[in-house]
Amino acid sequence: MNFHFTNKKISGILTILPGNEVTFEDEMGNYNFSEAKSLKLKAAMGFNKKRIVKPGITISDLCLYGLNYLLDHNLLQKEDIDALILVTQSPDYIMPPTSNIIQGALGLKSDMLCMDINQGCAGYIVGLMQGFMLLDQPEIKKVVLMNADVLSPKVSKRDRNSNPLIGDAASITILERSNIATSITCALKMNGQGAFALQIPAGGAKLPNSPETAEMIEDANGNYRSKDHLVMKGDEVFNFVQTEVPPLIHEVFKLANITKEEIDYFMFHQPNRFMLQKLADKIGVSRDKMPSNIVENFGNSSSVTIPLAITFNIGNEIENKHYKLCLSGFGVGLTWSAMVLDIGPLEFCKQIDY
Amino acid sequence: MKAKIIEILTDIRSEFDFNEDVNFFQNGMLDSFDIVTLVTALDEEYKISIDGKDIIPDNFSSLNAIESLLSKYGAK
Repeated sequence: MNFHFTNKKISGILTILPGNEVTFEDEMGNYNFSEAKSLKLKAAMGFNKKRIVKPGITISDLCLYGLNYLLDHNLLQKEDIDALILVTQSPDYIMPPTSNIIQGALGLKSDMLCMDINQGCAGYIVGLMQGFMLLDQPEIKKVVLMNADVLSPKVSKRDRNSNPLIGDAASITILERSNIATSITCALKMNGQGAFALQIPAGGAKLPNSPETAEMIEDANGNYRSKDHLVMKGDEVFNFVQTEVPPLIHEVFKLANITKEEIDYFMFHQPNRFMLQKLADKIGVSRDKMPSNIVENFGNSSSVTIPLAITFNIGNEIENKHYKLCLSGFGVGLTWSAMVLDIGPLEFCKQIDY
Repeated sequence: MKAKIIEILTDIRSEFDFNEDVNFFQNGMLDSFDIVTLVTALDEEYKISIDGKDIIPDNFSSLNAIESLLSKYGAK
């Protein structure tokens, strides 16, 4: 499905990272593998260090910290916020929506919209699309898009498939109408038949948490996890991404009537370095134009990785310059998405530690 | 080429004899994460980039399968 937006823009991006850093070597002893084998995987996948929250910290803490930073620095005014969108798979509670909790904690006006969206790795683009659609409403002039996930407590520390790469983070993206004619093109696809390639089996209504779901079980590859933990069929996800994402990128280029050479940067979701480098080769773009350095520095924080790739790699430049970017998110759902847009100069594009 | 492939495989999983004519995955000699290390090493050794769609266990399940895959990319 294709989407087209005009006269909309991103005016600022802030990413919020937990100050707590853990290295691959800190946790290597947890895995049921030789040190040599783990280090080889580290090199290929780009595992190095990641940011994860201290126990008890949730996504609302990260989002509120970021929003208060923007308010305190006069980069955002409370009364200007007409909608709060929160994309997450780790809400504070099953009910109420965490976006409402954030609205209440900030003391925002009641004449506004709060909305939680359950999306993962493609959630930045899904959130942008939703925000741009809301901006077509006459009473909505500014949308605050929050992407946030704290999934580290949901990953088994003894699961070498997932634990080395999962990080926690949040981002805040400000969306507004643009006085300059802008054109944003987006392509999105979903395949629910692959929904269980990435899941947390227990904790919802189908399989509530219990002592049985908490039992640790060894898989065929020597990883230990319970049904309370995130499980990923890595080979299925890898092949899904390599098969489905490149055609979608070419499709969005065709829709936007541009060539890949016109793109300054390909800011893609950051599952691991290996997967991104293979994607760059397949799409036929320089690996330098597709940063793959987020997992090695911060971990994979689901829908936050695209804004984090922007703030980390071009945050300083984009406050003064204009870029044409291709964004792409892919994963949970299964969902895969791509967007071409012009961005910058931004009012702010930075990252802060919580 | 086979000798070089065996050298690379042995470097990844030194506890196994990759001269044996067996399915490396069915015999527990390689797992899906070993493929990542193996592809990275083969890409570097033969100056190629194995397409993501080819990174499936069948293409790495035996010496012949790996050799056949490398031939497809013009590796010598």
